[in-house]
Amino acid sequence: MTVLSLGIVRGLAAQIVGTALGMGLVVLVRVLMGLHAWEAEPATVVGAMLGTIFFMIGVGSMNDWFRWARGEATPIHHGPPEGRPSWTRYFGVDYSHKVIGIQYGVTAILLLLTGGALASIFRVELAEAGRQFLDPAVFNTMIGMHGWGMIISILLGIAAFANYLIPLLIGASDMAFPRLNSWAFWLNVPAALVFLTSMFVGGWDTGWTAYPPLSARAPLGMQLYFVAVFFFGISSIVGALNLIATILLLRAPGMSLFRMPIFAWGVLATSIIALTATQLIALSFIMVMMQRLLGMGFFDPAQGGNPILFQHLFWFYSHPAVYIFVLPGLGVISEILPVFCRKPLFGYKWVALSSIAIALAGFLVWAHHMFTSGMASFLRVPFMFSTLLVAVPTGVKFFSWVATIWGGKLTFPTPMLFVLGALSVFLIGGLSGPPNGIVTTDLFLHDTYWIVGHFHATMFGGFVFPFFAAMYYWFPKLTGRMYNERLGQLHFWLMTPAFWIQSLGQMRVGLLGMRRRIVDYDPALGIEGGQLAVTIAGLVIGLSVLIMLVNLVYSARRGRVAERNPWNSRSPEWQIPSPVPEVNYPDGLQVIGEPYDYGLPDSRYVNLQVAAAGE
Amino acid sequence: MSSESLASYKAQLKANRLGLWLFFASESFMFGGLLAARFYLWGNTRPDLDQLLGLIVTSILLLSSFFMNRAESAIAHDDRKTFLNSLLITAALGLLFLVGVVGFEWQGHLKPWDGVYGAVLFGMTGLHALHVFSGVIIILLIWNRGRKGGFSAERHWGVEACAIYWHFVDVVWVFFYPALYLLGLPVS
Ligand SMILES: [Cu+2]
Repeated sequence: MTVLSLGIVRGLAAQIVGTALGMGLVVLVRVLMGLHAWEAEPATVVGAMLGTIFFMIGVGSMNDWFRWARGEATPIHHGPPEGRPSWTRYFGVDYSHKVIGIQYGVTAILLLLTGGALASIFRVELAEAGRQFLDPAVFNTMIGMHGWGMIISILLGIAAFANYLIPLLIGASDMAFPRLNSWAFWLNVPAALVFLTSMFVGGWDTGWTAYPPLSARAPLGMQLYFVAVFFFGISSIVGALNLIATILLLRAPGMSLFRMPIFAWGVLATSIIALTATQLIALSFIMVMMQRLLGMGFFDPAQGGNPILFQHLFWFYSHPAVYIFVLPGLGVISEILPVFCRKPLFGYKWVALSSIAIALAGFLVWAHHMFTSGMASFLRVPFMFSTLLVAVPTGVKFFSWVATIWGGKLTFPTPMLFVLGALSVFLIGGLSGPPNGIVTTDLFLHDTYWIVGHFHATMFGGFVFPFFAAMYYWFPKLTGRMYNERLGQLHFWLMTPAFWIQSLGQMRVGLLGMRRRIVDYDPALGIEGGQLAVTIAGLVIGLSVLIMLVNLVYSARRGRVAERNPWNSRSPEWQIPSPVPEVNYPDGLQVIGEPYDYGLPDSRYVNLQVAAAGE
Repeated sequence: MSSESLASYKAQLKANRLGLWLFFASESFMFGGLLAARFYLWGNTRPDLDQLLGLIVTSILLLSSFFMNRAESAIAHDDRKTFLNSLLITAALGLLFLVGVVGFEWQGHLKPWDGVYGAVLFGMTGLHALHVFSGVIIILLIWNRGRKGGFSAERHWGVEACAIYWHFVDVVWVFFYPALYLLGLPVS
């Protein structure tokens, strides 16, 4: 086995070649056109794009399509690659949804660590007034990189669980389009490299929102950021398409839509948004990119353009994106909660439909980010009302959780703790939301640390806590071993109080006048104590995440061997061996009951011996 | 071909069809975004474009959809000769459309850097032309496979997908053409 037999190595080599080729191409065209040979912006953009395409070819994710175009047969290979150790399948193109799920998960954690490391650095800078060690432009690049690093980490984390779990939960053998699935994953790798490179070619000092006119004249790194987000977006769209098709078409016999696991509803709702709205952020970024490259004046008032148009296009995605992030997480809460309460999920249908309702309502609220932008003022009140409307389906979920807990026989292993932690944190995020959606209060809260506190609470309650709950909950499924319960509890008890302090602290310094995206602040604001507390809390959160990683990596190799169904779950994935064999359900799967009838005697959800019973 | 593999082909066909329409749903948002940008930035005005040219390229593209449809129904009836010929005619008309847009419209007085009129015109026609171009490439790939005996009356998903994609790109132009050439008062 040579190192070049690993897809990722071939991909990286091809990316370097492709980037050089793209840059050379621009130089050649410019020389032929009689312009001076080197212009950094077009060369960088074309280089980054061609490099990404070359990576995809090099890694081998398009081989089958090339074969198809030549008219050759392209049967799907199942199982580890022949003649090579089975770990190599994780470093190349593999069509198994379980392998792709883990590929997504590991990439997501790497980006999570990157984003976390950046946050730790600039939080230390903010711990006291006065400038310590960060240059303002570097600081601004870092907050933007932190934001997008985390956004991509969340998107990949969702894809990780959706890919690994959805086929298992709905009784399918794989996703609807396995090749496309692998392609969508691998696109993230070259895109992530382009994204990280942007830091080293001038960075981009706009913050994650990249508003023109600033983004139209930010350093070169801005362009690489646009290219990277464009490819991340394509991956997200393609992944969503695959998940919708899988959920709609590949459910096991007997699994009507309202007998689906609730997590599948969350993923379905999320995918509807990701499939459609993502196009708009890609479009808005391409438009700024073209404004920089060709002088197309979309957002340039001097040419009759309008920067507010950018904000409309950008937020048409970036508000619903929040629901892309939280709907699967809220699905995880609803999925796990009944298991540890030993009670049916309260109001299953309402919870399922509330996910769809949030997704659809999410398309109508984007301009609540623009109350202070100077957009037409008659738009403010309609967008205020539509925004507050989202609280209704969100409230449905909350009441369902409380009612599910009510009178349950609760146990508190680590996954359940993180679910409860998610509820507490999401409550903070939820209650601090309406003041931003109401015009009168938002005019004061806009662009302050109050907003930072609000959305971190939403992200942590809606995604991070449920994501960690899911990691602990399905860890035995992935590895066949148990995580260390004591370290898990330590992680929880460090992270949760620290997060409360961080979030409430951010809101407090915001109310006292701390603005977003500035490297320094006036000590006369009287917020130094609050800033220090936020920094310490943030570092504790970072430490607790490292404890989790140590726990999971160690337990994956040395942990106690898990029993088949450690949580006594009714869900089908726990009725088969762990880790899941190559074929998910060799004897078929048939749904014969309701998914969450915990505590009801003689109720069954699935029958796994369909073939044995002679169908 | 065994009956089982036909059954799995049909199951995959169902998924493929859904996948393709989901892709169109996604793309519609991008083209819709461009249309929104056009109405936001141009309002009730439009640049003074060559009306005859607009009419000609639009007719060419609409005509091409007819031949694309003919190609698809030909392979569904195992008429390989008509299938291949119609594909080539479709591709040729597609290329002619591109010549009209890129070779003539883009060579007019309006350039991408000429204010919002240039920006939106080139943004909309550029992204659409990119789709037409990719459609031509796909048609030629399908033609090449068909030439070697690929596809049959029972199994021609590739042709079907190519045809629907081509019609979709065509329909997008049905919205773009009036938005660029007809609606609003011309300003020069
Ligand atoms: Cu929002």
